[in-house]
Order: sequence, then C-alpha cells, then structure tokens
Amino acid sequence: MNKGSKLAMGIAALSILLVGCGKATSSTSSKGSSEALSGKVTAVGSTALQPLAAKAGANFTAKNSKVNLTVQGGGSGTGLSQVQAGAVSIGDSDIFAEEKDGIKADKLTDHKVAVVGMAPVVNKDAGIKNLKMAQVKKIFTGKITNWKEVGGKDQKIVIINRAQGSGTRATFENAVLKGATAIKSQEQDSNGAVQKIVSTTPGAISYLAFSYFTNKLQAVSIDNVTPTDNNVQTNKWKIWSYEHMYTKGTPDKATAAFLKYMDSKAVQNSLVKDMGYISIHDMKVTKDAKGVVTQN
Amino acid sequence: MEQTNSQLKNQDTKSHEWDTRLHHATKATHEDWIGRGISYFCIGIIILVVASMLWFITSKGIATFTQNHVSLWKFLSGTNWAPDQGQIGALPMILGSFAVTFAAAIVATPFALGTAIFMTEISPNRGRKFLQPVIELLVGIPSVVYGFIGLAVIVPFMRHVVGGSGFGIISATFVLFVMVLPTITSMTVDSLRAVPRFYKEASLALGATRWQTVSRVILRSATSGILTAIIFGMARAFGEALAVQMVIGNAAIMPKNLISPASTLTSQLTTGIGDTIDGTLPNNALWSLALILLLMSLFFNALVRFIAKRGQLKHER
Repeated sequence: MNKGSKLAMGIAALSILLVGCGKATSSTSSKGSSEALSGKVTAVGSTALQPLAAKAGANFTAKNSKVNLTVQGGGSGTGLSQVQAGAVSIGDSDIFAEEKDGIKADKLTDHKVAVVGMAPVVNKDAGIKNLKMAQVKKIFTGKITNWKEVGGKDQKIVIINRAQGSGTRATFENAVLKGATAIKSQEQDSNGAVQKIVSTTPGAISYLAFSYFTNKLQAVSIDNVTPTDNNVQTNKWKIWSYEHMYTKGTPDKATAAFLKYMDSKAVQNSLVKDMGYISIHDMKVTKDAKGVVTQN
Repeated sequence: MEQTNSQLKNQDTKSHEWDTRLHHATKATHEDWIGRGISYFCIGIIILVVASMLWFITSKGIATFTQNHVSLWKFLSGTNWAPDQGQIGALPMILGSFAVTFAAAIVATPFALGTAIFMTEISPNRGRKFLQPVIELLVGIPSVVYGFIGLAVIVPFMRHVVGGSGFGIISATFVLFVMVLPTITSMTVDSLRAVPRFYKEASLALGATRWQTVSRVILRSATSGILTAIIFGMARAFGEALAVQMVIGNAAIMPKNLISPASTLTSQLTTGIGDTIDGTLPNNALWSLALILLLMSLFFNALVRFIAKRGQLKHER
C-alpha cells in the first residue's frame, strides 16, 4: 500500500513535469472586464537587455499586480525566433530583425527601448589606451598580432570574440570590420565571461558593452574619441546598437501597456541610466537596419 | 489469469465450495494487477521519452543534409566552421572532443586504478571510511564549479607553466581528469570487489606476494570491469559541456597543439544555440553536432555491453 502510493506520487510528479515542459508558451488572453490590467506577458531573448527588462518588469508588475510578466534570456536569436513563432509576446534582441537570416522582419513590430554602446577592451598590461579604427580592424582580422606594432608592449595579442551570431559581435563587426571576416579565435558566450577573461589574460582584447567596464580592464578610445554615453548620442562613437523589443501582430493590452511603460520617462530617465544603458530619448541621431545614420 | 477466472465462473457457477474462492480475484491478485499496470505505464513513458528524443534529434540533425544540402562528407571532414557564412566543417570540434576525452581517460586511469587497489586490497578499512566519501563528494560537485575552478586556477597555472593564453586542450584535460576520476575509480572498486575471494586465497596460498596477486590475478580477472569503468569515464568526458567550455577557449580551429584554444562539440553547442534561428543552417548545423554526440554515446553504451558480454564468457569458462 505504502509502496503503491509512493509510486503513484512519483508518476504524478513525472506527468506534471512532462506536461509542464510541453507548454512554456504565453497566452494572449486578457479579459478586459475591468480597468485593472491582467494577462500574461513573456519577454525572451537578448541577455544584454535582460537585466533592464527584468527590473522594469518587476516595477511594472508592482503597479499591475494582475499581470503575470516573465523575462528570460536565451540570446537574441532565441528571442526573434520565439516571437516570430508566436510562442512569446515579446522577443528581445540586440540587432535589427532584418539582420538575421530566417526572420521575416515585416511580420514583426520593432520597439526600441534603449541604446547600448560598446567598445574594445584590452588587458591593462598591454599598455594601450587609444587605437585607430584601421588598427582595430587589422587586429581582429589577424593582420596585427603583437601589441608593439601599435605602440604597446612586446606582447602577443590574444583575441577573444563573442560567439558567432551574437548581437554584440554583429554590432561590433558592422561598425569595425565593415564586411571583412574576423580571424578564427576564442569565442565566449557572454559579456561576463569576456570581462573576466580579458581582465586576467595578458595581451587579451575583446569588446564589451559600456555597463561591463571595470577598473580591472582598459576601455580603448578609437581615433581619440572616448567611449562615453555623450559620444554615442551624437554618433561620434560609432559602435552602438539599439535594444529592441519585437512583437508580432497587434500586442494584447498587457503587452502594449508594458511597452508603453518601457518608453515612459519613469523608465527612460532613471532606470535605463542607472543600469548603464543610454536612453532612447537622449539620442540625437537615428540608425536604420542598414546602418545608415541620420540626424534627428 | 483473468480469462481463466471468468471461464471457470461460466462453466460451473454453482459447484463445490473449494472453487467458490476462485470465482473472483483476491485482494492480492488485484494488487498484482495494479503493480504490473504501474510498472508497464512507467516503462511505456520512459520508452516513449527515449524514442521521441532519438527521433527528434535525428530528424533535426539530418536537416542539414536533407534541407540545406550539405554533403555529409563535407560536414565530417571540413575544417572551416562559420555557419553564418554557410561553412560548416565540423572536424575541428570532433577532433577536439576526442582529444580531451582520450587525454582525460589516459591521465585519470592510472590514478583511478591506484586508488581502487588501495581501497580494496591494501587498506579496505580506511578505503571505506575515508576514501569512499571523498570520491562520492567528487561525483556530487556540479560541473560549473569544476569549470570555475579551472578558469580561476588551472588556466593561469597553465599560462605560467607552458605559455600561451592558458586556454586549450591541456586545461580541459585537467578539469576533465578530476571529473572522470571518481567515475572510473568507483566502478573499478566495484569490479575489484567482485573478483571471487578464492582467486586471491589460492594465489596467496601458492606463495605469490601481494603485488603478484594484485597484478596477475585480481587485475587480470577484473579487466572487463575496469575497461567498462574507463569507457563510462570517457562517455562522461565526451558529453561534458559547461566545465570544458569555460577552459578550452572555444575556437573552432583545428587543434594544432595542446596549449592553443580549441573547441568541442558540446562547447560549440552551448555557445551557439541561443544565437541561431530555428530552421536556418546555423541552427541545423548545431543539431547535427548534437546528433554526433548522441551517436557517440550510443556507441559507448554498445561498447560497454560488448565488453561485459565477453567478460562474462571468460568467467564461465
């Protein structure tokens, strides 16, 4: 008897697990019976946007307790393909949907919620503080292999790339390599890993979002332009990208309200800046999916 | 069972007293049915899960060849891995996986054998009280912890000792060495303990020393068990993703030496899967890597069964 009930419990647990795995999707049900906002919002994708989305999401649900909002990582590719498949309400991405093969961008609506600046970072021992754009390109394409060739120490350059298809890597290569192919090298799958490895590996170079700069590594100026928020806003600093929240079709009420909240002053003027992003309202230029920049 | 009962019931409904008791199933029989039902249900679910996983990974994994029309040979022998540009030569990762697996097994086996012999033959008491828990603890440490220790300790150590950036096959080998050691050790201990006591007694009675007994009788008759242990260790090393990914450097280039960054099938999968789109070549190519991993683990399993069978035959003779 005892054994039987234990077994039965085990089976019940197993079947719950199986069923649970089967449908990790969002429902777009929002019963608009009263003014109180309700429904389920799932935002999945970019790990660069994840901390901001999670914090803003927590603030949003504090005010709208009936909305069930979930923020997950998984990568820009995951975000775009999941929102395209209709599995999630919001797909977070570091890159334009147009830039990704296999995504039908015309089916998706783009909501830009923040801007992220990125810069080359080097290990402090290399003795490098400024590089020319052409030099950065030569380093990442493997034509310069020692720091002494660009005025640093006699030390071999160790290139650390992000994984192929990563949004940060796409942004960096668009701005710096301009179509040239990067030399095959180490690949890491997160900003955090890059930060740790560059700060501890002599001669290492990689690139990071501004919010990941620490005093243990050296952010590099390019053509004597320093990587700062102000320089990104005027496009003097060229390596930056939008953080996108993509939706498919008409978003339901809860999703629309959350997107509106993301664009509100409460988020853009405080939360976005506190967390190391650049407010979309402060940008003095606009960049389109092809990389063409126009003054606002 | 059920049939015979009901047949009996139909044939002689009003007969002697002794078979009235057989007219309906007893409580014990019911329990029997329920028990059997539950086990069949569980087995069914497990078979279903395994079969659907095999089918899922296979169907996704062959899409590279059926939908994207990449030739299988090019995939297996190509050395350029750049899925975004349509280049999917998987040889660097295949070689990387095999290199770390064999290297880890080669380094770990002598240590595992020594520990196991100590625990069973030299000092069984201390072995059980002290070494057993230590080894069980090693099994229980999550792989991310091993990876982190590897990144913080082994990589800088290798950088100082052998040069280069510290990331590479040799660092991965040392992390995997610690990870497969407990697997190989504990399975070797089991197989050494399974050697019949009278083998040892006979050997000692004939005047063999302890070392002679261990090396020529006990190890010899436990060979198949030890080989199984090594293969299980290799299977674990082959499938390990996180810890390896943190120390090997993930460069999809042909491994030229032990100290330059390389990559394995698993490390490439974990770094790439989040950035690819379902149904495109980069994504399908990753599934093909997963398919290779699956086939390799099936191969390891088959090998273990083969060795076990041969070992059994030898004992019977």
